[in-house]
Amino acid sequence: MQETIRAIWRIESPKLVAGLTRMVRDLGQAEELAQDALVTALERWPEQGVPDNPGAWLMATAKHRAIDALRRGKLAERSHAELGQELEGDQAHGGVDPDAALDDTVGDDLLRLVFIACHPVLSSEGRVALTLRLLGGLTTEEIARGFLVPEPTVAQRIVRAKRTLSEASVPFEVPRGPELTSRLASVLEVVYLIFNEGHSATSGNAWVRPELCDDALRLGRILAGLLPDEAEVQGLLALMELQASRLAARVSPEGEPVLLLDQDRGRWDHLAIHRGLAALARAETLSPERGRYTLQAGLAACHARANRSEDTDWRRIAELYRALGHLEPSPVVELNRAVAVAMAEGPAAGLTLVDALTRDPALRRYHLLPSVRGDLLFKLGRLSEAGAEFERAAALTRNERERALLLGRAARCRPQA
Amino acid sequence: MRFMAILKASKDSETGVMPKAELVKPMVEFNEQMARAGVLLAAEGLQPSSRGARVRFEKGKRTVTDGPFAETQELVGGFWLLQVKSRQEAIEWIKRAPSPFGDDTVAEVEIRELFEASDFLPPEDMARLEALRAEVRRKQSR
Repeated sequence: MQETIRAIWRIESPKLVAGLTRMVRDLGQAEELAQDALVTALERWPEQGVPDNPGAWLMATAKHRAIDALRRGKLAERSHAELGQELEGDQAHGGVDPDAALDDTVGDDLLRLVFIACHPVLSSEGRVALTLRLLGGLTTEEIARGFLVPEPTVAQRIVRAKRTLSEASVPFEVPRGPELTSRLASVLEVVYLIFNEGHSATSGNAWVRPELCDDALRLGRILAGLLPDEAEVQGLLALMELQASRLAARVSPEGEPVLLLDQDRGRWDHLAIHRGLAALARAETLSPERGRYTLQAGLAACHARANRSEDTDWRRIAELYRALGHLEPSPVVELNRAVAVAMAEGPAAGLTLVDALTRDPALRRYHLLPSVRGDLLFKLGRLSEAGAEFERAAALTRNERERALLLGRAARCRPQA
Repeated sequence: MRFMAILKASKDSETGVMPKAELVKPMVEFNEQMARAGVLLAAEGLQPSSRGARVRFEKGKRTVTDGPFAETQELVGGFWLLQVKSRQEAIEWIKRAPSPFGDDTVAEVEIRELFEASDFLPPEDMARLEALRAEVRRKQSR
């Protein structure tokens, strides 16, 4: 029963909280009312059985609490009008909640919740915690587990976030027009942050956590349903599906990381690739001007489409990095472009681009620059120069495994006795 | 976690009779609902077994038999692939489906969890991750 109610909560709570937020115009109070309804469910359902329409039951219960709170002066006056309208609507339908038949209302409610949870006034951690809780239906325990932090830390982040929203008097409206585009960037950033936390080694912790990737994908799909005409939403979804498709192949049976070009492509999730490519196609149709996520998804797609690493379309990759560099100039992007150019046109062409980057102060302590330069020099037969670069790279990296790899390459550049 | 929800065939689905509009529309809407909730990976219907075939592997030999096949209730009529956080969530979603063959015909959907790549990870890795989690919990209880 516990597990059943938990599952039902995960399914129903986003709509519930979203609707209540619209009615009472206060996120903290909306959540409290929702939680009260959950507590009541935990008390009643084990005896009475789960209702046929648990979502409607929870909403009706929460509304009753709202009326109570209103009577006892616990809710602000602004809630009064909205609630009153809701209840009149209910009575017209014989006291039965019309359910999610009114998809527009539910969609709008959820969108409103998305933009509140990802409001730029909140800290990044606050946004992540709030989004996972309100839209992912996760408990603080589940969020803490995913991010490998103590549960009270997550609880605090949520409390702080709600307080910030309340103090900043954040309006409970769905942004429109140009404001939507800029606010959307903040939303997509939160979702991708969650995905990356599960996908990449961060904060010294090398553990891939696929459940976080799943949570991010779920959020991405929800967004795609709410904002079907936004190209970058499709772009982000594509990027996540394509990156997630390689998770099983990224680690060797011995626990060692495997570079993309060395991965066993039989272990790639081809259903995920199929979904990712479909989302990318939608993104490119919706907007010929490709945004950052759509471009990055395009890069991931180049690898996904190649059955073997030898079949990779490096020219296309180089062109995508060029486009990405125009959008968001970055020496790292340019370095990646140089690698792609080298693969497409030969190491000399790539080296020309890399040599230009050696003068960029931003890359002075970036170990991949000498690493790439060493690789290109090696391919051109300039072994002693290559060895020097590999040693420089080894000195710059903080990753033990990587240092060993680079020193190994440096050793192979020295003349064999 | 991923689950496959397997809809068993019915006499009608086996005859290749297209389901009536009043069955299709609610099912399409249900699939859209799951898609909008972010849990639907795939939803497909299978053509009748009369158009299918079986490959039997026995003692190193392969034998092919053409459909139709007799045991209707054990045949697969369609399937969903869901991405959810628990077995119970998969069950709750499927319970929300409209009656696949209408209210007058019995239908059965079997729910099975997929093996994930992490199921094949070396047990030492899983143990280390769990130890890290336990460490975090221990620190917080001080």
